Amino acid sequence: MRVSMDIELKDAPGQLLLALNPISELKGNLKSIVHHHEDRTPRSTIPVQLVFEVEHENLDPIISRLEENGIGVARVDEKRFMEHGAVILIGHIVHTDIQDTIDTIDKTGFAEVVDICLSMPHIDKRSSASLKIDAVGRKELHEAMAVLKKVAEKKDLLVIEPIEAEVA
Amino acid sequence: MRKVRASIIGFGSVGRGVAEVILQKDDELKSLGIDLDVVAIADSRGAEVNSEGIDLNAALARKNETGTVAVEDLTGEYVIRNVDHDLVIETTPTDIETGGTGLVNMLAAFENGRDVVTSNKGPLTLKYQELMKAASDADCKFMFEATVGGAMPIINLIKGTLAGNEIQSIEGILNGTCNYILTRMMEEKASYEQMLAESKELGIAETDPTYDVEGIDAACKLVILSNSIFGQNATFQDVEVTGITKITPESLSLAYDEGYVIKLIGEVRKDRLRVSPRLVPASHPLAVGGTLNVASVRTDLAGTVTVAGRGAGSIETASAILSDVISIYRE
Repeated sequence: MRVSMDIELKDAPGQLLLALNPISELKGNLKSIVHHHEDRTPRSTIPVQLVFEVEHENLDPIISRLEENGIGVARVDEKRFMEHGAVILIGHIVHTDIQDTIDTIDKTGFAEVVDICLSMPHIDKRSSASLKIDAVGRKELHEAMAVLKKVAEKKDLLVIEPIEAEVA
Repeated sequence: MRKVRASIIGFGSVGRGVAEVILQKDDELKSLGIDLDVVAIADSRGAEVNSEGIDLNAALARKNETGTVAVEDLTGEYVIRNVDHDLVIETTPTDIETGGTGLVNMLAAFENGRDVVTSNKGPLTLKYQELMKAASDADCKFMFEATVGGAMPIINLIKGTLAGNEIQSIEGILNGTCNYILTRMMEEKASYEQMLAESKELGIAETDPTYDVEGIDAACKLVILSNSIFGQNATFQDVEVTGITKITPESLSLAYDEGYVIKLIGEVRKDRLRVSPRLVPASHPLAVGGTLNVASVRTDLAGTVTVAGRGAGSIETASAILSDVISIYRE
């Protein structure tokens, strides 16, 4: 998941390193650091905004370690779903239990169907649907696609994936 | 000036295109140091042989009038084995079940020490390693740019211009008929069946379009790319294939609303060969319309290089054949 965090550093040498070490040690992947050196807080500390990606279970340990290092954590925003995918389905989508198809994605716990748009030209004809799927990460989005393809195969639905979904 | 005596085996639309292009480009060939004489032409009904060089205009006219170039009852294989020449231009129809006469012709050419340039996918799809070995044992040149993208240069681009790069993947549209049908379905909001009928009427799709619309033609091209670029020993069975017959006009509209077009994309990696309909962002370089072919080559040094061009047509295919002939014999 992606985390956006506001921390406060003392104006002393080595403080930023002290803040970044726990993130890197717990396998966080830093995306951006904005160091507001000119905007002191009322407590005379320097506000720093960090954005990083990390496994959910490692976030609390990071916060504890920062606090142990004397770094104030002012705000933490977690963004659970950071990967968005789109996919087209063709076949008898409704007759093969559309709810069950959606549930197979939602039940994974790491991905959800967030939008569906259905077009049914005629009761006997194949229908088409566009699905939007959000997932906690890239790997999980690929996994969700694999789950979807498996259920689609059973229901004789054609799954059309985007070309980028395959880029490792 | 290098004298090159060639045979054209197979005188359908591609073979005739080759004859026309040779007539048209004689001066250019000479300026590159190639004096090309066609000493034999064979089709399914017989052959014409003339060691002094065949009058190509007359041969084309005869084919046009009588439906055959034949003046003698000789097979292509007989010509390859018995007429003294350097180069076999093999343009017989593709047969991916057995390799057909193309396979027999190519092996006969190598047995007799003749170079081969071909547009015939069948033998390469079935017996790539065997053919390469036969060519190399006989110290013969074997080139087949025209088998993959017609006039769109892909094999020679990778082996020549991009030499030194590690090729990570190739993906693209390798069948113009499917691209035409999908493009027209989208434009007209019309069914697959309607647009297939239209493309048959325009001569873009064959009477039996199975090879194209089921993705088989694209899969054969992937096999050739996989073997020639990635050094694999793949066959048609190694390709996951889904064609375009189930695509609906509604799916194209829904995709378009999300910023995508649906294209039949062939994808080659070391560990995966796949042809399937895919969503391509409308502004992506692979989102070309009409009958165009396109390929994106991912490399370690040059990044992604994309080429597009006409994938079919007798003159376009003949252009790829001519370019192979030139690269073998230019001085």
